[in-house]
Parts: sequence; structure tokens; C-alpha cells
Amino acid sequence: MSNDTLTPDAAPQKNDRTKMVASETEVAIEIVDMHKWFGDFHVLRDINLKVMKGERIVIAGPSGSGKSTLIRCINRLEEHQEGQIIVDGIELTGDLKAVDEVRREVGMVFQHFNLFPHLTILQNCTLAPIWVRGTPKAEAEKTAMHYLETVKIPEQANKFPGQLSGGQQQRVAIARSLCMNPKIMLFDEPTSALDPEMIKEVLDVMVKLAEDGMTMLVVSHEMGFARQVANRVIFMDQGQIVEQNEPEKFFHNPQHERTKLFLSQILH
Amino acid sequence: MNTQDLAYVRTKFEPARPAPMSNLGLVVWLRRHLFATVGDTVLTLLGIAFLVWALPNLYNFLIGDAVFAAENGDACRAANVGACWAYVWARLDFFLYGFFPADPYWKEQAGLFAEFMAQWRVNLVFFIGLALVVPLLWPSAPFKVVNAALFFIVYPVVVFYLLAGGAFGLEKVPTEKWGGLTITLIIGLVGIVTSLPLGILLALGRQSRLPAIKYLSTGFIELWRAVPLITVLFMASVMLPLFMPSGVTIDKLLSALVGIALFNSAYMAEVVRGGLQALPRGQYEAASSLGLNYWKSMFFIILPQALKHVIPGIVNTFIALFKDTSLVSIIGIFDLLKTVQSSTADLDWTAPTQAITGYIFAAAVFWIFCFSMSRYSIFMENRLHTGHKR
Repeated sequence: MSNDTLTPDAAPQKNDRTKMVASETEVAIEIVDMHKWFGDFHVLRDINLKVMKGERIVIAGPSGSGKSTLIRCINRLEEHQEGQIIVDGIELTGDLKAVDEVRREVGMVFQHFNLFPHLTILQNCTLAPIWVRGTPKAEAEKTAMHYLETVKIPEQANKFPGQLSGGQQQRVAIARSLCMNPKIMLFDEPTSALDPEMIKEVLDVMVKLAEDGMTMLVVSHEMGFARQVANRVIFMDQGQIVEQNEPEKFFHNPQHERTKLFLSQILH
Repeated sequence: MNTQDLAYVRTKFEPARPAPMSNLGLVVWLRRHLFATVGDTVLTLLGIAFLVWALPNLYNFLIGDAVFAAENGDACRAANVGACWAYVWARLDFFLYGFFPADPYWKEQAGLFAEFMAQWRVNLVFFIGLALVVPLLWPSAPFKVVNAALFFIVYPVVVFYLLAGGAFGLEKVPTEKWGGLTITLIIGLVGIVTSLPLGILLALGRQSRLPAIKYLSTGFIELWRAVPLITVLFMASVMLPLFMPSGVTIDKLLSALVGIALFNSAYMAEVVRGGLQALPRGQYEAASSLGLNYWKSMFFIILPQALKHVIPGIVNTFIALFKDTSLVSIIGIFDLLKTVQSSTADLDWTAPTQAITGYIFAAAVFWIFCFSMSRYSIFMENRLHTGHKR
């Protein structure tokens, strides 16, 4: 584990930032006038969002504000009813082929890890590359070991998920997604189910990923992480994006009343 | 330690110690499990008294006073005789093979080998089956794919030609002459092997988002589950031929096989559905988010876990199916129980304990198969258990 501190007050490291420049021309995700309902409930209202390649966006907001639903729409774990979502140049519609194509390019990390408990760590990481991408087994295992080293648990490769701690499981989940060589990574509250001692080991991996230039959308309340790596922080309330800004401005000079209230609740 | 001291903290690390003796030992175990209270002690003593009374009686009936070898029923007709095993031994061929014709040459020869060869066609079926099933169920045995292909595809064809004959110079034997344990195993095995995949498909169908598939599966399951198996068998053997054009006959065994397979697949479907519902939604979502399509996520992620969860239910259905095979006797198929039952009318062996000995034998055979299934399922559960239960 690296020795970088990740306390909420840690100043952003300038030299890291310069490595993490987002593209100015290539669009990774474009969401236009998007609405979604759960039955009668209007859960996402008029979402417009453009994410450039290499950008890192942290999405915050009170519970029930629709932030998880938003990123779940991006790989169509949820369907939207109106508007457009275009991921890596492919529009998400009812077309299952397009959905499969997008899912191959978009990795997702869940709050509750969702590792496959009947498979070993290595099998968790190689299953999709072998059966979705058609990668030969030996090559898939080599890639998997590489990413397990990236998340610093190659020695657990032959264990089952149930034998690992929460933090280790979440790092495996990240490695499992990376094995598909995704262009975009979605994180749905990746540290919310973890003990305080384990949050740092997961965040360290995510920081490393950001430094390597991955396009990332992170639903999280880890404000230290947001300050350190995010280009933009998006604040959602009642299914709408009510504020977005660079982290420094977002934290020190929030514009919207709801944002101020939220920040006063979580930053003591 | 001073109990008044609220600010107590340890200053030294406390190493782990072995448990005190009061937790271990035979005497402790006896006291805790058999003589914990007055009530427990009374029950324990009553239990011992019952065993002291029952075991000698049981022993005398089954072994002590039993007739093991006799030429005819005279020995069994003597006073105070126990089980008449000689009768079971004398009719064993009938119990195993039913009316399957013995090989005319070997029937006339003497010796164990001749006995075996007299029914070599059925015996070969038994032995090939055993040789294929054992390595298939043995997890570490190699060549699983070849083994499975041989068992599920080649073996049924071999069985058909060995038993039915009519080709390769084998005498033609109609299914009406098949019988005994042979037919019990055929019906049980075919039922087990077909009802599980059918049940899985039905369970998946019932969860489908496509209305046509969903309602067809649901309707099928609800129809078959709501009808008694006896009705199904009657319908298959009596009603179905009425609807067939004249001249077309449906083999009685075949219709029973189809009836039992469909009937049990409905039960199996509900067992499997229970397993599917027990899986957290996150497993489906993780599989989708990795780009696995429906069939791949079912095959690699969902079904292995769902089926593992419901192994007890699946084996329960298998065992019920295996025992229900004896119901085919009502449409005139001579399964093991029917052969035993009809042989109790055998005048040569008429004796007070003839029938009961036959039924004990039949029960023991059923018990051996069902108990093996039960133990095997427990073995598989333990083997498939990964990580810690939480």
C-alpha cells in the first residue's frame, strides 16, 4: 500500500493532477434530455451530462437523489424512457446488441462487490474475458494476474471470495472489471459497505486508476477522494443535477442552497 | 481484577488457552446429552428398554429364526419361523429381470457363470451403467465430457438394443416382458435424467420477461403439479390410445416414461425456481455488467449457484420420483414391487412370513438406492461449499 494520505483535508497533489488531463475533443459519454421513471415515480429528470475521455467525475447527493440510478442507466442495468444516452459512440436503445457492446466497454464496481462466490478469484477475473471476448485461457489468466497485482492481491488468486475481507473483495471486483479492458469505469458507492480500515485500500486503487487516465464516474461520499482526483463534482437532488463544479469551487463555494446544506452535513 | 475498577484495561496480551475439561470428555458428553435432567434420564432409560426388547426380536426374525436355504416352502411353513429368505433367493431372477426371456443355451448350464449368462443382456446393461455412472459421479475422475457423452447419448441406445433386441442377431423382446428391478431402474433413471434439465428450462421460462414463454411455462407447471401421478399414468396408458388413429399403438412403457418425466419436471421447476429467487439481484447485475448475455450468465453464474442452493430439494424430488416408479404397476408394468407382490401368490412358497419377507426385500432395495442418493447429495453439498457461511 502506498503511503499517500487520503484524509479529507489532504491537498491535491499537483504533479499527479498534471498527469490526469482529460481529453478536450473525445467524448466518452453523452446524456441528452434524459428522463427515467420507476413506475409512476419520476426518478431522473432532464439529465444532461457530457463526460470527456479521461475525465473523472464524482457524483454526490442525498440518498434517493437518483445518483446510483443515473450511472446504472449508463450500462443499461436500468432503462431510461426519454432522451438519449450515448456511450463511446453507441446509443443505448432497446437494441440488445448495442447494449452488449456498451457493457463490454464499460466496467462497473458495485457497493456490495457482487463477486461470484462459486468461482475462485482468478476465475472471477477470467470468466468474462474468456466467454465474452474470446480471449484464450492462458492469456486471460496472465491479464488477470497482472490486474490482481495492480490491486495488490495476487496471492489470493486461488481463494474463493468468501475467504477474503470486504476491502480485498472490492479490490478483486475492480480487477475483474479491468480484465475486460474497459474504456469507462462506473463505481456505485464502492466504499459504502466497507469498514473504515478497508476504505483506504480501495481508494488507493481507484486513485491509481485515475492516474493511469481511466474515464471514471464515481458515486461516492468520499470527499477526500473527490478533491484528490475528480475533474468535476456533480451534486444531485430529487433526480436532477443541481450543481456541478471543479472540486475546489464545489467544496469552498457551493452555489445551491441544497448543496450547502448537504456539505454542512457531511463535512464537519 | 478489581470489579469496582471501571477503567480496567489489560496491560499484557492474553494468550489463547485450551478449553477447560468440563467442555470435553465422554462422561461430560453423556451427562449433557442423555442425562441432563430427570426427564431426559427417563427418556434415555425408556429408549434403552425399548431397544433391549426390540433388537432381539428383530434379530430373531431377520436372522436367528430365518430360513436362508431351502428347496421349497416346507421349511418356511414350520412353526415360529422367521423371514423366509430362501423364497427371495429362489425368485430373485424374477425380481431382477421380470419376464425377460433367459438365454436358452445358458439356462441349461449349471454354475454361477451360467446364471449370469442366462440373463447376459440385462446384466450387461447393469454393468455398463455402473461403469459409466460411478466415474461420472466421482468428482476427480478424468474425461468427464467423454464420460457424460457416453452415458447420456451412447448408453441409452445401447440399452435399447440390448433389451429390445431385434437387431444384431438379438431376439426381439417386447417391453411388456421387461420387468423387475430392471424396469424400476430404467424408469427412475430416465425420470431423473430428463426431469432436471426440463425443470431448469421451465423454471427459467417461468421467470422470462417474454409473456408467451412465461405463461406457457407457468401453465404447464400448474397443470402437471395439480394432477395425481396415477391419473397421469392412466391417461397415458388408457386415454391416449383412444385418441390415436387405429393401428397406431403407443408403447406402454414409453408413455409411462414420458408421463413420469413431465410430471416430475413440473416439481423440479418449482424447486429450481426457489434457488433462482434466493440469489441476490447483484449476481445477475454483475454478470450483465461484464457483458455476459442471458444464456452465458445463466450457465456460468446463476444456475451453478441456484442449483447448489437447492440440492436438498432436487434430491428430495429424485427420491420421491424413484419411489413413485412403483405406481406404474397399476397400468400393468411389472416393476420391482409388482414382481414381489405377484410372487407372494406363489403356491410353492406359501408360508406365514412369505409376503412380509418379500416386502422387506423390496423395501431394502428401494432404501439402498434412496439412501445412496441422499448420502451422495450431502457429499456434493460439502464439496461445493466455498468460503464461509455468513
